[in-house]
Amino acid sequence: MASDGQQPLPGTGPERRRQAMGVLAKATRLELEQVWNALPQRPEAVPVRGPETGLVMVRGRIGGGGAPFNLGEVTATRASVRLEGGTVGHGQSLGTDGEKARLAAIFDALLQLPEHAPAVERLLSQVSARIEAEDAQRIRETAATRVDFFTMVRGDD
Amino acid sequence: MYVAVKGGEAAIANAHRLLADRRRGDRSLPSITIEQIVAQLGLAVDRVMAEASLYDRAIAALAIRQSCGDLIEAIFILRAYRTTLPRFGYSVPLETADMQVERRVSATYKDLPGGQLLGPTFDYTHRLLDPSLLHDAPVDEALQREGGQEPIMRVTDILADEDLMEDDGTLPEGHVPGDLTREPLEFPMARDLRLQALARGDEGFLLSLGYSTQRGYARSHPFVGEIRIGEVDVELDLPELGFAVSLGRIRITECQMINQFKGSAKSPPQFTRGYGLVFGQSERKAMAMSLVDRALRASEFDEDVVAPAQDEEFVISHSDNVQATGFVEHLKLPHYVDFQAELDLVRRMRREYEAGRGDKTDSDIPEAAE
Repeated sequence: MASDGQQPLPGTGPERRRQAMGVLAKATRLELEQVWNALPQRPEAVPVRGPETGLVMVRGRIGGGGAPFNLGEVTATRASVRLEGGTVGHGQSLGTDGEKARLAAIFDALLQLPEHAPAVERLLSQVSARIEAEDAQRIRETAATRVDFFTMVRGDD
Repeated sequence: MYVAVKGGEAAIANAHRLLADRRRGDRSLPSITIEQIVAQLGLAVDRVMAEASLYDRAIAALAIRQSCGDLIEAIFILRAYRTTLPRFGYSVPLETADMQVERRVSATYKDLPGGQLLGPTFDYTHRLLDPSLLHDAPVDEALQREGGQEPIMRVTDILADEDLMEDDGTLPEGHVPGDLTREPLEFPMARDLRLQALARGDEGFLLSLGYSTQRGYARSHPFVGEIRIGEVDVELDLPELGFAVSLGRIRITECQMINQFKGSAKSPPQFTRGYGLVFGQSERKAMAMSLVDRALRASEFDEDVVAPAQDEEFVISHSDNVQATGFVEHLKLPHYVDFQAELDLVRRMRREYEAGRGDKTDSDIPEAAE
């Protein structure tokens, strides 16, 4: 979450990169593949680490906001790549899809390069729009199950 | 003398082949897919993920298919799978207050910010068999309604200003959360470690223990302050970058149980709390967990420990169904030598018993193997 409420310019700053990585993690592999395959020039990406699948121990908090405790593990997959010019990108997401993590790492690296950043930004807004639409639909579906209480007026007094 | 016995390899191989054949069953029927199990038996998948303590829908569904729907067997398979993977780290603690809520109900407040949101619930169904599900009849899309953007505040925060509600549980400064996958269990344990054990505990076991507290074995006057189900972000710190990133979302169920408490020498009368947090959509488990969590806090409130649900060592030592099934099911494996020893012992005791009574012994005792 952006705590300061200020959004840096697209493609700059660690906060922008952090947000972008979060969106890439929620992208489907298909979304990443389609944009990658449509790039006019795909730079060479050398694997630095992975893709490797492992576990993250998820923590909760006692009572929701108290001391942390270990809830259970999730599968996660991560990858790091280096582009021709030396730019390093990291990709990580829930699940076991190594190719998705590798593509996310490439896009993370591309976002740091001014000539490629606009294409990555388009991908990010496309994925964000899909997630927002899904969330909005879920909110509306949940809202339809909201209980509207009404009071029965008794006529005998 | 120890006698090693070999044999059975062919029988075992053939039994496994027979199991694979039975698992596939009638070849004229289409094989069930992992995607179908995830999409249409989602609550079974959730249960396996919760009790395996491993969140991965596709892998849990694969385990369910492999186990022919035996969920404890599926949980066992997932537990074995997780031992093959490295640990990347610990997540940033989940923010359940920021949940994308799909269901939220409170039994303590009728009107509250965010409202009572029933979501996809079995509550208020009549539990009558639905013959329309015999066929692949079309199903209506869910209804939608605008105006669901109101913040959904945590029910436990409502009374916080009056100091009538115990705060979220704290542990001493510098306490490192215990991890039962890393260290052996030791009793007594801190509440964080207990919650980890309960979160992966068998739903049936915790349900029965929770039920026992309602029936009077450690009565705790519980109210469901709030149950919420929905998705939350899992964030992991990336040391190489110096910040935490979201890895995606998982669905969880949280239960805030509120319990009347008349006070003790140490604490004024107030409401105390039990907490439940479970992977997936599983409010029965989350509710049972919160009841047992509260019962296990007896010593914090100077309550007498008189019931099974309050006995930490009893509850935590027996809540894990993989451990339980392992020890119970091992009884069916060969115990030929143990039993021979027992047989000799019982025969000797019987001879002594008969001799003591002055009866004649029967010398024609058949061998166990006959």
